[in-house]
Amino acid sequence: MKVSITVTLKKDVLDPQGKVVKQTLENMGYSKIQSVRQGKYFEIEVEESGEENIRKTVDEICKKLLTNTVIEDYKINYN
Amino acid sequence: MKSSVVVFPGSNCDRDVAVALKKFNIKNQMVWHEESSLPKSDLVVLPGGFSYGDYLRSGCIASKSKIINDVIKHGKNGGLILGICNGFQILIETGLLPGVLLRNKRLRFISKSVFLKVENTNNIFCKNYKKKNIIELPIAHNEGNYFANNYLIQKLEDLNLVAFKYCNQEGKIEKNFNPNGSLNNIAGILNENKNILGMMPHPERFIDPYLSGEDGSNLFKSLLNLYKNEN
Repeated sequence: MKVSITVTLKKDVLDPQGKVVKQTLENMGYSKIQSVRQGKYFEIEVEESGEENIRKTVDEICKKLLTNTVIEDYKINYN
Repeated sequence: MKSSVVVFPGSNCDRDVAVALKKFNIKNQMVWHEESSLPKSDLVVLPGGFSYGDYLRSGCIASKSKIINDVIKHGKNGGLILGICNGFQILIETGLLPGVLLRNKRLRFISKSVFLKVENTNNIFCKNYKKKNIIELPIAHNEGNYFANNYLIQKLEDLNLVAFKYCNQEGKIEKNFNPNGSLNNIAGILNENKNILGMMPHPERFIDPYLSGEDGSNLFKSLLNLYKNEN
């Protein structure tokens, strides 16, 4: 099963890179951009029986390695 | 006193800190990250550098390496751990120290010498700074912006666990003298037992008056005092 994961900084955490991207877009003339948040994207292939087990594994690796839960949120997408 | 410096792929201050330890007569051994156990040591040093190229988050991959389990055990049993720069980032990722180190506020890698106030001189690492607690040390990092929730920051301040703060030459702690955006100008913190110190500045680079300055020396001398007292 292919799983994709998006990691972004939590809402309250300052995202300086996103801020700079937004600023640059404004400089380029895109005046309607409200906000930009930059994140990371992972594609993971899991071979495990039962969707329940896959969900458990993926959630675990998100918490243990892919994100620092103090400052980051993650979204999992099962394709 | 015996020490171990853990070497990860991408560490680059490992030999500098080994030179410093040797200068102060601490018997040091380099330990490769793939080892599963530490040699007998009083002090474990996690050196600066860019372990694993800062992949994922700085210090993150190193914090899951084979040797780390033993480092955590060493720390939990009261053994001394010093994390410098990337070593501090690794300590945070292992959970031995709280909070998080974000990217520098102005998104620049900062390499310069800064003034620091030693906020807590009542611990094993900083005892020798009692007489002179405003010091100059170099920093060289991209992710040194210390961040934590209000509750944790308050706790660090209340329990006197902030070891170093960025300041000016007179010891004034203000936003203007904060190079990276760290909350409360925090440059280094201790764990509750005060046997683990993580700091962004590099004491090992300032141990020779002919080459740089000597303000890093007192950290290593403080450790030696402990050894003398114990034996």
